[in-house]
Amino acid sequence: MLKKALVMSAGLVAMLAASPAVQAATQIQWWHAMGGENGAKLEEIAKGFNQSQSDYEIVPVFKGTYDEAMNGAIAAFRANEQPAIIQIYEVGTGTMMAAKGAVYPVYQLMKDQGEPWDQSKFLPAVVGYYSDTDGNVLSLPFNSSTPILYYNKDVFEKAGLDPETPPKTWADMEKFSQQIVDSGAATCGFTTAWISWIHTENLNALHNMAYSTEANGFGGLGAEFVFNNPLTVRHWGNLKKWQDSGLFKFGGPAGGDNAPPLFYSQECAMFMNSSAGRAAVINNAKDFKVGFGPLPYYDDVIQEPLNSIIGGATLWTLQGRPAEEYAGVAKFFTYLQKPEVQADWHQFSGYLPITEAAYELGKSQGYYEANPGSDIAIKQLTRIEPTENSKGIRFGNYVQVRGLIDDEFAALLGGQKTAQEALDDLVKRGNEQLRDFQSANE
Amino acid sequence: MQGKRTVFPNKVLPYLLLLPQLAVTIVFFLWPAAQAFWSSFQREDAFGFKTTFVWFANYTKLFADPVYLNSFRTTVIFSLAVSLLSLGIALLLAVAATRMLRSSRIYSTLIVWPYAVAPAIAGILWWFLFNPSIGIIAYVLRRFGIDWNHLVDPNDAMILVVIAATWKQISYNFLFFMAGLQSIPHSLEEAAAIDGAGPTKRFWTIIFPLLSPTTFYLMVINVVYAMFDTFGVIHATTEGGPARATEILVYKVYFDGFVGLNLGSSAAQSVILMAIVIGLTVVQFRWVERRVQY
Repeated sequence: MLKKALVMSAGLVAMLAASPAVQAATQIQWWHAMGGENGAKLEEIAKGFNQSQSDYEIVPVFKGTYDEAMNGAIAAFRANEQPAIIQIYEVGTGTMMAAKGAVYPVYQLMKDQGEPWDQSKFLPAVVGYYSDTDGNVLSLPFNSSTPILYYNKDVFEKAGLDPETPPKTWADMEKFSQQIVDSGAATCGFTTAWISWIHTENLNALHNMAYSTEANGFGGLGAEFVFNNPLTVRHWGNLKKWQDSGLFKFGGPAGGDNAPPLFYSQECAMFMNSSAGRAAVINNAKDFKVGFGPLPYYDDVIQEPLNSIIGGATLWTLQGRPAEEYAGVAKFFTYLQKPEVQADWHQFSGYLPITEAAYELGKSQGYYEANPGSDIAIKQLTRIEPTENSKGIRFGNYVQVRGLIDDEFAALLGGQKTAQEALDDLVKRGNEQLRDFQSANE
Repeated sequence: MQGKRTVFPNKVLPYLLLLPQLAVTIVFFLWPAAQAFWSSFQREDAFGFKTTFVWFANYTKLFADPVYLNSFRTTVIFSLAVSLLSLGIALLLAVAATRMLRSSRIYSTLIVWPYAVAPAIAGILWWFLFNPSIGIIAYVLRRFGIDWNHLVDPNDAMILVVIAATWKQISYNFLFFMAGLQSIPHSLEEAAAIDGAGPTKRFWTIIFPLLSPTTFYLMVINVVYAMFDTFGVIHATTEGGPARATEILVYKVYFDGFVGLNLGSSAAQSVILMAIVIGLTVVQFRWVERRVQY
């Protein structure tokens, strides 16, 4: 017994002695919302940084979903127990930007700490989404993705379609789906995640339509939604029509939890989701070959579609931590921008490379040739200089508006409203949310 | 009346003994309630930088909001459906189980089992069974030509949450009904049987009235359960959807406050809920406890 205790305490002493650096290092809390495989990868990145130097230790803490992480951080801020770094999804960007006293803008942080900072290194479509009206980036882009089309090559072949040609336009989409269903190759043409992000926000961006006044909300808190335009009405109406005729199957609100299984089980031949879903699709598509394509568009509305807009999250630095922590945060942010770190994260997770250098590195490694389809997202995002309508969107209370989009879309599918009614109501209710936010923050 | 009465001379001790419980009540109930009451008159940004006193704006806005009024309607439908169904089924099972001579105990144990299941787990269980893509019940229903899809159809979604919430509550009601039935003297029923009353008649004229204290007590408990304790079931299955069709008042408080960060409105909603709970409690103590014959 005594012997055992002695051995154990000796082991403990040895362990403590072996890690003197850990004790001396300043700990920096990093709250994040990455579960599963991406979460493990994120911890690996933090570990990589911790081993690269001995002054600071990044401590990643998993806080649940994006909603939970953001609300947890806000509650912690109110109690003065906030982490130094918090990962916030794109929908929360408007709320964070309005909270001027709570956030430490990344460009300011890097300047104050004397770390290199060059915004032109980032992909324009990514950096545009997260900069203020003066063009300064307020939070460090970390994981950005954009929606793409996944399709089942085996089903395409069975239906007599060319497995190497994904549908380019929505007219193709309808034709292909009809052929797939008629031939019995699959019971449904396509399904989708994110009605809000893909079939409302991105739809308008691709077709160069304004989502709201005030430059999609980038111009100020007074923006009014205007996306109840003929294009969105037509597209939502089509989705309802295709749902009724069986060409389309709705995968549920928000991220559409039921959509991936429909695609994996080969019930639906095509599937629209974030490019960050790539790893999961490849893991789950064991019995069939997967093809990748850009999002379809209406060719009678626009000849050449614009760039798609991004989703995902950025890292915000919060105010109110001891000064030495900020020095560590700045060093960590520099580490995160390294092409090797970026390229590794991008290639593992399917998120976009945030910097041009990481993209170039991937090219020189031959990654995109070895993994066909992995660069569809980047190409779609960078195929054109973003316009005011395709730069992104920025609104306060947008978490609620996302909920409203799902509500009204469900009312459309349930047959309670027409597409025009649903979108008119949506814009009206959405604007009430914007006014609420404006009056609370002005 | 009493011959002897014990008198405790110490005036401070009783309060000292009560202190721990009072402290818990104040810290965990009264203080947060007062804070909610105060925030319900304010408008505040998420981080708490700007706070404006807005009088009753949060309340007037709520009652002008069709979504909130609809949530009221949803709550009434949901709680009535859950209460009536779980009471009805539990009573049926309890009557059937008391008739069993030997196996009564085994049945009781089996029926009580679901009560040990956490609400979120119960929700997920039914969600799996009814899942339109992978659920076995949805699959069977499709065979019968019913296209079950609680992601799109508000009625399907309501049925799903009612089933999940009811299933969990039947056990609780069953226990109380069992106890209630056992306390009714057999002699009453036997006398009625000798007078020629059939089983149905005996149930409705003797057993059911004698059970009424239990039933009324359970009615209040069930309504409270359906209104306040079913959060987990709804969060795990429909998250209030589709199109807010299963968003009961408690869920809306959570969604607006913790997801939407609209603290003023969320606080106003919880104050309204508090008023409802107070109302229900008054009904239980003033009205039900007096009128019902024991």
